[in-house]
Amino acid sequence: MEKEKYLQDLEEIKDIMNRSSRFISLSGLSGIFAGIFALGGAYAAYRTIYVNQDYLSYSRTLLDSDSLFKLLLIAVATIALSVITGIYFTTRETKRNNQKIWDYQTKRLLINFAIPLVSGGLLCLILLIRGYVGLVAPLTLVFYGLSLVNASKYTLNEIRSLGIAEIVLGLLAAYFIGFGLLFWSVGFGVLHIVYGILMHMRYSK
Amino acid sequence: MKELLKDLNKAFENRVRLGIMSALMVNDHLDFNTLKNLLGVTDGNLASHLRSLEKSEYITYTKVFLDRKPNTRYSATSKGREAFTKHIKAIEQLLK
Repeated sequence: MEKEKYLQDLEEIKDIMNRSSRFISLSGLSGIFAGIFALGGAYAAYRTIYVNQDYLSYSRTLLDSDSLFKLLLIAVATIALSVITGIYFTTRETKRNNQKIWDYQTKRLLINFAIPLVSGGLLCLILLIRGYVGLVAPLTLVFYGLSLVNASKYTLNEIRSLGIAEIVLGLLAAYFIGFGLLFWSVGFGVLHIVYGILMHMRYSK
Repeated sequence: MKELLKDLNKAFENRVRLGIMSALMVNDHLDFNTLKNLLGVTDGNLASHLRSLEKSEYITYTKVFLDRKPNTRYSATSKGREAFTKHIKAIEQLLK
């Protein structure tokens, strides 16, 4: 029947608009793993920062160059692990959706994600080198959130609210300075796991 | 009923042409291969439908060079956008 055909047309239009403008193969599993690695990284960082401290100076830190180097090492390892598992699970998902992993959409997504993220990352490195350690955890959260919001136009809708949640956490962490690592664990660890599970249930069935 | 049908555009009756227009409505421009992968059609098929949409002045293209390889970027014209929007509205009316 005529109507049937037009209904199908509308479905097809929606499908093509989505597939051509958004990268839909983000894998929830990569979020879950990134969260677990972040919690591990945060614990390692905690051990590095708060080692040999008396209770009077709790949540105040002075970093020497040795532990700064250790912290950077932990950060790099955490990021590397998350990125590798992220690429693995996302590639698997693109195969299932019959999409290409490296096309116009992924490039656009990554570029828009990277612009706030790299600027924030460089700023945090400068702050670390200058010794403003306390601001690093809140700022990484804020900039990560901004990157997610910016990238969300080109991928699944959930990413936008995740980004906003990270920004709010980052601002709270900036106010309650000294609890940076705690907020950091919630933002990068717990939120990633929660959203990962949510997205896995929604899309990977 | 007749009133509604006149807004339905013959140019978009075909699935491939409908697909091309849908994709170009939400992207500034797309190249030939992206369209081909998106719609899952052959080179010849896509080319002929692109040509017919060009003829109706619904889409336009620019040629650029990427790493010395020619790359054709297609985009929707304002005339095409208008016609497509009308077509969708007509479908929606029809389904009410």
